[in-house]
Amino acid sequence: MEKIICVCGHENPEGTKLCAKCGRPLTEDALTSKILDMKYDGAAIRSKTRNKSFVDKIWNFFSSVKVGITLIIINLIAASIGTIFPQEFYISVQTEEQKAAYYEDTYGSIGKVYYELGLSDVYSSWWFQILVGLLAISIIVASIDRGIPLHRSLKNQRVKRHESFMKRQRVIAEGEITEGDSANTLNLVEEKMKKLRYKVRRDGNALLAERGRFARYGPYINHCGLIIFLAAVMLRLVPGFYVDESMWVREGEMRAVPGMDGYFIENEKFILEMHDNEKTENQVLQGVNVVAKNYQTNAKLYKQSKDAVPGKIDDLELVKDYSIRVNHPLKYDGFSFYQMDFKLNEIKAMNFNLTNKESGESLGDVSIDLTNPKDEYVIGDQTKVQLLGYYPDFSGFENGEPQTATPTPNNPAFIFKMITPDKPDGEVSFVAIQQTIEPNGDNAYKMAFNSVETRNMSGLTVHKDSTIPLLAIGGAIFMIGVAIGSYWNHRRLWVEQLEDGTIRLAAHTNKNWFGIKKDLDAVTQFAHLPQYIDQSQDDDEEENEKEGESTI
Amino acid sequence: MSLLDLSGNLLFVAFIAYLVGTLLFGGAIKQSKPEDAKNRTNNWGKLALITTVIGFLAHLGYFITRWIYTGHAPVSNMFEFTTAFGMFIIAAFILIYYMYRLTALGLVALPVALLIIGYASMFPRDVDPLVPSLQSYWLTIHVITAALGQSILAISAVAGLLYLLKAIDPKTQSKSRFWMEAVLYFCVLVVGFILATVIFRGIGYEANFNYIDGQNSEQEITYNMPAIFGMNDYTLLTDNVMEPIVEMPAVINAKKLTTVFWAFVFGSIIYIIIRLIIRRRILELLHPLVRKVNLSLLDEVGYRSVLIGFPVFTLGALIFAMIWAQEAWGRFWGWDPKEVWALITWLFFAAYLHLRLSKGWEGKKSAWLAVIGFSIILFNLIVVNLVIAGLHSYASA
Repeated sequence: MEKIICVCGHENPEGTKLCAKCGRPLTEDALTSKILDMKYDGAAIRSKTRNKSFVDKIWNFFSSVKVGITLIIINLIAASIGTIFPQEFYISVQTEEQKAAYYEDTYGSIGKVYYELGLSDVYSSWWFQILVGLLAISIIVASIDRGIPLHRSLKNQRVKRHESFMKRQRVIAEGEITEGDSANTLNLVEEKMKKLRYKVRRDGNALLAERGRFARYGPYINHCGLIIFLAAVMLRLVPGFYVDESMWVREGEMRAVPGMDGYFIENEKFILEMHDNEKTENQVLQGVNVVAKNYQTNAKLYKQSKDAVPGKIDDLELVKDYSIRVNHPLKYDGFSFYQMDFKLNEIKAMNFNLTNKESGESLGDVSIDLTNPKDEYVIGDQTKVQLLGYYPDFSGFENGEPQTATPTPNNPAFIFKMITPDKPDGEVSFVAIQQTIEPNGDNAYKMAFNSVETRNMSGLTVHKDSTIPLLAIGGAIFMIGVAIGSYWNHRRLWVEQLEDGTIRLAAHTNKNWFGIKKDLDAVTQFAHLPQYIDQSQDDDEEENEKEGESTI
Repeated sequence: MSLLDLSGNLLFVAFIAYLVGTLLFGGAIKQSKPEDAKNRTNNWGKLALITTVIGFLAHLGYFITRWIYTGHAPVSNMFEFTTAFGMFIIAAFILIYYMYRLTALGLVALPVALLIIGYASMFPRDVDPLVPSLQSYWLTIHVITAALGQSILAISAVAGLLYLLKAIDPKTQSKSRFWMEAVLYFCVLVVGFILATVIFRGIGYEANFNYIDGQNSEQEITYNMPAIFGMNDYTLLTDNVMEPIVEMPAVINAKKLTTVFWAFVFGSIIYIIIRLIIRRRILELLHPLVRKVNLSLLDEVGYRSVLIGFPVFTLGALIFAMIWAQEAWGRFWGWDPKEVWALITWLFFAAYLHLRLSKGWEGKKSAWLAVIGFSIILFNLIVVNLVIAGLHSYASA
């Protein structure tokens, strides 16, 4: 690689804007500018030094801040598109056809287009994830590209800077001291700057006071945190790191926990409590959900002993007894159980009377446990009811056959064969809620509906997320970095005493010029320095400032 | 007087104090003869600030008494959150004032807070009991930090607006003059919304309708403003009130659309009256007031507010939000509209901070960016809460 040799003899890598040793401007741009561009302290960033190979070109593309900002804006727009209509995971339909129908029915043709373009599930689309990936690459490349040269140049700072560097800083002063002995000026400056918690270095007749250099590392630290965070999100895809299952457990029921081998959870009771206040205006406006006070599942978590046969549940050990509520998940061994949903009054059992239609005389009761229906219910020697068919969620007939939509007993229907002393061959009857069909004409007996037994059901989510600690570390590093970069600034003051005792001074801060000027005011007064000027302000604005000072 | 009444009265005191404070700030920076400008400014400015601080203390009193009365941080519904947002804007203004002693900021910060509090008062002010998902100490931590972050970011828009008021020449035609006047028109629309609500509420307007919602079931709805737009397949149940002019499909909430319509009507009438009285743009009226503010200092205040507010916003609106979501629903991120818009706000201000690195994105452009950033925050507050969040998971289990 080519080198640029500065007048002072220092060798700088190609692309350097300001000599790393003396600060002399090295490029045309820098030479002609009134105020130097102090980004990265004029160090040669990688993307400015190499542009030959294909890799260099890719590198240079991603290292550009402009590209980074463009990617941020594109991500922002893509994310906003997903909020126009609700995303698929927030609508309560299952199949693809139902989803397509939902968007078209609810939002018309725009909804249809929205669904067909895949915008209804935009956050899991390949192109959205690529956009996030590109942003991540940009963060990594830009940070390495600038961070390393900046670190080098900050580490190797010289105290003495060349006149052409000093004069092109934003805040400068030059002239004689206003009062006292000029031989003592640098000592006074050092004393005051140390009091202002600056680190002061001196080299002959030059002085460099510096404070908060670590603030320059803030952006690189927060980028590091972001990358760790994004990496942790990716880690979820590795099997075993992330479990996300949901399950329904009925009251009194015990079920194997999906994704958590050898564990069983029992739902003792589901509790729904409502607020009993007089309805407020918001409650009226927002409907039923806002009057709920508590959703709770009293649960017991059991563990199977180690040498137990899989699926065998008679050798269980209670490991946790807990009331799962919203905001209070049951936590055990890295797994958490969340109260997510509920269903009240699911039919547990249906009770019928085998009744003679004419006399109304009852031959006996039949209770059908819907989770465990039997083939035959014996009432007496010659009296029994056979269950020929059970349809938990009856949805109509197809080719004369009753159909069930789901295995959940939402709308139970039965085909009974009633065997009685009068009719030993049996009579067949189809019984559904508010509907009875007798395929062989008039029966003498009927299964008269008596009562139902119901129970509640809890919807629980089972989660295990081993990426959480890494996410937390990433988030914490990000916060620390962003706080360092925002709440501290890197302030520097260069002072040189010329042979005739006059002072040349230049100051720079990466942020918060208001703050460094306060420090400068203090040291100017203390060491009787010549008044500084801010070269960034145009002439007419300076006037404004003078005039405006009374209002500030 | 119950604690809740006391709380309401304190809020009223705060409102009046901010109103008086605005006038005093106007006096403080108004042009005057150069020789006595300094004294005058100091006295008026001091008085304005004292009034603001008194208002803030009353506002804080409202917040604390309501907290004690309800037993939870009063940030759980639209009225409470928006009122708190107004309070934090004043707090952020006082903070920035003590750093920069920039009196002129008050001239914009106080009216912004006034509009926000006024807007908040149009929502039901009852104390709502908390739904299960909100029963968590994270409600306090997350919402207050997020609102504080948003408020500090809002100060950068305040500085930006002040910058633009001065930097845009009201006499020459330009895009920025048009958009600046549009911003001022929007502020008048907020006043229009408040006025429309107060007037129709004052005359006790009520019209009941039955309508068919998106799930094909019959619902009842009460309009408090004359119905311009009717709900899907509506039937009017009240006598002697206006029939809707246009019927809307089920996907559009015609009641809210009617409210927006009346806000536009009232706001536009007020705007036209103002224009007729002053016979020039509002911008032209305000421009001389800020003649003396220092542009480069305003630019720095704007940048600094973003620097201060961004970490607070990140912590409150993203990190605390994720921790709570993990606690309540077992996933720290769910692409809920409110979450997405918090992320969008965050990305936008990240872009702002990166743009400050490149040349030319200081001053006017930066001021516009701050104003756009604030409008994203307002969008998240108003549109996402009231329009998009129809299937919003915060209300369910």
